[in-house]
Amino acid sequence: MSRPSLLLFIAVGIALLLAPAGAHAKRIELLNVSYDPTREVYVAFNQAFAAHWRAKTGDTVSIRQSHGGSSKQARAVIDGLRADVVSLALAYDIDAIQRNGRLLPADWQTRLPHNSAPYYSTLALLVRKGNPKGIRDWSDLVRAGVSVITPNPKTSGAARWNYLAAYGYALRANGGEAEKARAFVTALYRNVPVLDSGARGASTTFVERRIGDVLVNWENELLLTRQLRPDDFEIVVPSVSILAEPTVAWVDRVVKRRGTEVVARAYLEFLYSPEGQEIFARHFYRPRLPDVLSRYAKQFPEITLFTIDEVFGGWQQAHQDHFADGATFDQIYLR
Amino acid sequence: MSATASTLVHVAAPHRRRTLADPPWLKRILLTIALGFVGLFLVIPLAAVFVEALRGGLRLYGAALTEPDALSAVWLTLLAAGIAVPCNVIFGLAAAWTIAKFDFRGKSVLTTLIDLPFAVSPVIAGLVYVLMFGAQGWMGEWLADRDLRIIFATPGIVLATIFVTFPLVARELIPLMQAQGRDEELAALTLGAGGWKTFWRVTLPNAKWGLFYGVVLCNARAMGEFGAVSVVSGHIRGETNTIPLHVEILYNEYQTQAAFAVASLLTLLALLTMLLKSIIEWRHRRALLAAAHAETRTFAS
Amino acid sequence: MRTPHPESPPPLRTRRHRVLPGFGLTLGTTLLFLSLIVLLPLSAAFIRTAGLTWDEFWAQVTSPRVLASYRLTFGAALAAAAANAFFGVIVAWVLVRYEFPGRKIVDALVDLPFALPTAVAGIALTALYAPTGWIGRALDPLGVKVAYTPLGIWVALTFIGLPFIVRTVQPVLEELEPELEEAAATLGATRLQTLARVVLPALLPATCTGFTLALARGIGEYGSVVFISGNMPLRTEITPLLIVTKLEQYDYAGATALAVVMLVVSFTLLFGVQVLQRWFFSPERHGR
Repeated sequence: MSRPSLLLFIAVGIALLLAPAGAHAKRIELLNVSYDPTREVYVAFNQAFAAHWRAKTGDTVSIRQSHGGSSKQARAVIDGLRADVVSLALAYDIDAIQRNGRLLPADWQTRLPHNSAPYYSTLALLVRKGNPKGIRDWSDLVRAGVSVITPNPKTSGAARWNYLAAYGYALRANGGEAEKARAFVTALYRNVPVLDSGARGASTTFVERRIGDVLVNWENELLLTRQLRPDDFEIVVPSVSILAEPTVAWVDRVVKRRGTEVVARAYLEFLYSPEGQEIFARHFYRPRLPDVLSRYAKQFPEITLFTIDEVFGGWQQAHQDHFADGATFDQIYLR
Repeated sequence: MSATASTLVHVAAPHRRRTLADPPWLKRILLTIALGFVGLFLVIPLAAVFVEALRGGLRLYGAALTEPDALSAVWLTLLAAGIAVPCNVIFGLAAAWTIAKFDFRGKSVLTTLIDLPFAVSPVIAGLVYVLMFGAQGWMGEWLADRDLRIIFATPGIVLATIFVTFPLVARELIPLMQAQGRDEELAALTLGAGGWKTFWRVTLPNAKWGLFYGVVLCNARAMGEFGAVSVVSGHIRGETNTIPLHVEILYNEYQTQAAFAVASLLTLLALLTMLLKSIIEWRHRRALLAAAHAETRTFAS
Repeated sequence: MRTPHPESPPPLRTRRHRVLPGFGLTLGTTLLFLSLIVLLPLSAAFIRTAGLTWDEFWAQVTSPRVLASYRLTFGAALAAAAANAFFGVIVAWVLVRYEFPGRKIVDALVDLPFALPTAVAGIALTALYAPTGWIGRALDPLGVKVAYTPLGIWVALTFIGLPFIVRTVQPVLEELEPELEEAAATLGATRLQTLARVVLPALLPATCTGFTLALARGIGEYGSVVFISGNMPLRTEITPLLIVTKLEQYDYAGATALAVVMLVVSFTLLFGVQVLQRWFFSPERHGR
């Protein structure tokens, strides 16, 4: 390839600056803005959907992907990233798009089945082979001498689920006494030597740097780690955990403007189809369809799950009580 | 012309003059400190990058570099640097001329403002463009009505790149041009040369190494910038990811080897620039050897 | 801080210098670029904080966690810039004045911290300095912990800042007129005296510039530090991380409030060094 001159560079730059978003006559393009660990699963799913859509309508649809921290991605959409669909780690982040950007209606979560969460997951524990510290449940994480790796709830969606799962466990174990639950999470975070900024960073600290005795993370993340390094780690399923529901929505303002409403909707509905559910189950996310779930039952052990609505009164409340500046999480470090 | 020749003679041969030789013990101590420091802080991290990059063998290394997303990241990075570097060269020369050759009120303020982009956290650098051009920003409505995209598209990435590399060329040139003073320019003007001619024939040749380092730094930083670009990119695969963003994504996908392979590309680029510098230096030296024979004295006092 | 009288420029000088052409053109170009690329966007940050009352602003920027992060951020950046000023000048000297095998390679390597994306630098340094890494393994038995401590932040910032010193000192060293050193030697000075009295003072302005740049860069650094610092509140949490934290909570006003504080402090710092430099190293004192 010959090296283009500077003038060409500048010309291209100016052209790009002035070029409108472009009209899509025959080929349809969708942009799916998602959170960090879903890249592989959406690569597989997008292929399946493209085939499905071509068979159904004859149109070619290509889906571009954008991945990053869940809140960061939501912020990009609010600030103008033209996402046709969003698939984020927490409903709170899509709520934020609604509140701060008014890009979709307030009742977005009721438009698709299961709270707009086509798959779910939970939080579990990963320990080193042989479980040298004898970790069985959340209560073992506050013992002296146990070092726990979990990301920073201020910057990571997964970390918020981690925190809420531990807090919810402590509430149940102590008959709903908030004071004792707070003491429990305080003791737990006192055992955390490193607060990584994201879920993958925490996994790396635990797996590659060999720091800590137990890693708290997404179940799908732990299953993936175990698949990559089967001889080094064991998964411990706690007695109870939280029902973690990553949610999806189409972004009304964008799809109306780009004329992609029909295909964006179909894309999300296809997540609920047997084919879509199968793909997600293969990538360690728990499917909603019972027969798909039963086929993968070996990989998803039975576990008692509580929801954020019943224990914390929804995301807005949970955020205000625990993660806002000066709330419970900050108190842990100020005491 | 003679100024150029004398400069190069200094560069070529200062250490050969006997009176300038450091005592051997001092030389040994300084070399040990310098090489030890470079070894600890530069060589070992570099080695770590390449060891990781080649862990899966050469074929995987090649595959990581030729994958379409990687190629598109390389192209976008070249484009951003290709626009940012010339802009900063023009700005740097103008700023250095103003600050080094003239005295005026507010000079310290101006110099400080030029440095400011360095002190601004890259996160903030990206954020301010979002505050301006984002959907919620000052120009958001206006841009949306015209279907123009600045952030989460190439122009935003270029702007952020210019911002973070802004002071580099100017900062290299200012101390150098200040040290050289104004006498040579004044002499040229007295001899009847015009302003532009003086600039091209006297100022630019004198400042060329400073300019060169400035361009090298600016280019390296433009290609390696992560924080600011990350804020304005939108992370659309194959479209708005630069090399550093692509590296981060690969790392987050447990593709450590591919991540370091792509990162090593930037390192190789830096080494290549330095090779280029050596070649230019060598060719100039040869071409000017004759001139240096004829005339070794500077006309500047 | 008081103005020394001898430093006020004599009127003669100003008149003489305006003899050079191009003042309007270059100043105009400089101001245009500066306004469009730097000042206008930065003013957006200031205006965003206007949404806060003074009390809210003050509470945001003086909470214990934020204060701890200032201490860490500025302290580590200062320590790293100081280390770089010392080692960087030696590296530059060795590169320009000595002939040794591998000089070209070392010269090329100096730019590495620039070319390496900061995230990669952070990952690579963490891998090296963690207790399981090449260097961390050697330090661990000595009881020295680097990764996930303030020391790790210092390592990252030293890495990031090195090219600034070397690359600002190097061109000045190359342009340094050997006649001065020769004269000193002829007048009977030992080599060490020549270095201390002639060479080092000549390098001081460039070293100062490099130091300031490394310091400023260190204060704002984010990408490499978050990997190696461990991000523990009150202990290893840097100010840029707090800004990101606030952004993740959609708290733009809070984030820009911290940004404004960092901007003002950095500006003051840079400006102070600038003024000092002008006093101490103005052309008259060089005897030109």
